[in-house]
Amino acid sequence: MTGNDVLGAEIQLDIYRRAALLKANDERSRKVITTGRLVMPYYSYRGQEIIPSALCANLTDDDYLVTIYRGIHDMLAKGMPLKKLWAEIAGRVDGTCKGKGGPMHLTYPARGIMVTTGIVGSSMPIANGLAWGAQMAENSRVAVATFGDGASNIGAFHESLNLAAVWKLPVIFVCQNNHYAEHTTYEKATAARQISDRGHGYQMPGVRVDGNDPTAMYHAAREAVERARAGEGPTLIEAMTFRFHGHVFGDADGYMDKAQKAEAIANDPVPRFRQKLIEDGIASEDELAAIEADVARQIDEAVDFALASAFPEISELTTDVYGAMA
Amino acid sequence: MSDTDTKAKPVMIMQAINAAMADAMTDDDAVVVLGEDVADPEEGGVVGVTKGLSSRFGEKRVRSTPISEQAIIGAAIGASLVGFKPIAEIMLMNFTTVAMDMIVNHAAKLRFMSGGQTHVPIVIRTMTGTGMSSGGQHCDFLESWFAHTAGMKVVAPSNPADAYGLMRSAIDDPDPVLFIENLPIYWQKGEAPEPGHRVPLGKAHVAKQGSDVTIVSYSGTLLQALAAVEAMDAAGVSAEIVDLRTISPWDEETVLASVRKTGRLLIAHEAVTKHGVGAEIAATVSSELFRELKAPVSRLGAPYAPVPFSKPLEDAYAPKAAGIAEAAISLCK
Repeated sequence: MTGNDVLGAEIQLDIYRRAALLKANDERSRKVITTGRLVMPYYSYRGQEIIPSALCANLTDDDYLVTIYRGIHDMLAKGMPLKKLWAEIAGRVDGTCKGKGGPMHLTYPARGIMVTTGIVGSSMPIANGLAWGAQMAENSRVAVATFGDGASNIGAFHESLNLAAVWKLPVIFVCQNNHYAEHTTYEKATAARQISDRGHGYQMPGVRVDGNDPTAMYHAAREAVERARAGEGPTLIEAMTFRFHGHVFGDADGYMDKAQKAEAIANDPVPRFRQKLIEDGIASEDELAAIEADVARQIDEAVDFALASAFPEISELTTDVYGAMA
Repeated sequence: MSDTDTKAKPVMIMQAINAAMADAMTDDDAVVVLGEDVADPEEGGVVGVTKGLSSRFGEKRVRSTPISEQAIIGAAIGASLVGFKPIAEIMLMNFTTVAMDMIVNHAAKLRFMSGGQTHVPIVIRTMTGTGMSSGGQHCDFLESWFAHTAGMKVVAPSNPADAYGLMRSAIDDPDPVLFIENLPIYWQKGEAPEPGHRVPLGKAHVAKQGSDVTIVSYSGTLLQALAAVEAMDAAGVSAEIVDLRTISPWDEETVLASVRKTGRLLIAHEAVTKHGVGAEIAATVSSELFRELKAPVSRLGAPYAPVPFSKPLEDAYAPKAAGIAEAAISLCK
């Protein structure tokens, strides 16, 4: 299969199912916050759904993911159960982390979601360690670190790419370039012409891809995953995308270029993909509507489940600090 | 054959740490070592603490790294999440500053933030200590930063047997342990540890019994306290010396029992006195034993200044035996 090959119907629908879930979940999250049902810092990923949807179509539950505070799309695409996710972001005891992690620190090892970090640039060093573990165990698992364009300016990025290349680790660095590092534009903060160029300096493939194009993103991820599984080392993928909302949901986003944002929203990748599925005869309107209805129902159930779940006991304050001491 | 012939030859602290790692690697394939220069082609570390390990266990399990402290600790954390027990060497304690995000925000907190789903069984070995003319960035004692971080354990042995036993326990422990090695006392000899011996974390040791004053210390300063015994005896002061061994969580029970007996407490450490480990111990003892104290709790540490280079200044920086004896004697007046 080459980078231009059309994806099979099954793969396309798999990617769409994930993307539809991600889009609907972001819309619901913002609604739940604006109506005051939940209070939390929320980092909307709207506009970036295709990247993890196409990426995770290439991964198994055994592969590892380290994501970041703007990462609920990544973990949902990797298979985080919705009810546990919603209970966690509501701070409830039925959440993945008993409510002690919250929206920036979700963890779910059963689907390989090993760490979610709130520190820009910190996903990469830990993903290397997971990949090193896979390399030592010779189990052909791969690790993925996702991060934004801003994170490529942090020292940990450079330390991690260097180590991954020197040790030929089965790791894939997925930069979701949404043009903004918090409030600051790419051009103002990043000297590299493009982030994928930084891979070349560490003797690894640096691939720039339209992250909003399911076919291109799928092929880029597939190649990187195959390379990692074959023991050929790491890949840096720069997936181009755009963040439809401000850094943290609720900020005025006055720092974002209005025309650029309007254009990105007009090219919303999820409805665009939907349209193409119909045009190409991959799925009918009814079939896609059924997927969306199913997603909406699942989210309804998850929100209800989360809000009905109890808060953790105050005694949880001092548990899980240490395990049984040696 | 005399008794002494059947005893193992005394070993250096450095050898004991090396033996603990080797024995742990023999017992458990999950134990791996990484850090700058740790493998034998790089001479087994700048001082040679890991010498021989890569030749014995292979460079897959004993891996020299780039000079990349964040990448080193990140790699250790990640591997620990999937079943390995990495021993990561951060050559000098001052270099932990480069990896603080990985240590404080990640290693220490992942168990809690994941609600107990994951944990980080890593040992971070690091050496430090004044006395080698290394100036302001190579020999600080920064233990209070880590002791103040919930989720970290902090250990600082003062003799070979404890170094071995604490290292074995640190490797066994399911959570991150910072293992502080005192560089100037690496060559200090002492009783050889029994293979497999464990010193439990969180347990202090009464290194010398006494009745007038308790001296709590650890790492190299503990040896200075022991060296002060002669001068204190000459002044008629009987000091009980407690080797804390684990700085966090510290053994309140042993310290309180000792001070209950002596009624006086001096805490001596090499770190800057202000906001140091001594402040935590002093506050706890003052609060618990207020009515039983015969004198105010006293602390002896470094002045509020970076470590100096010039030899007379460096010599005056960290507490020595004479200063400890003087402080203990004056508490008993």
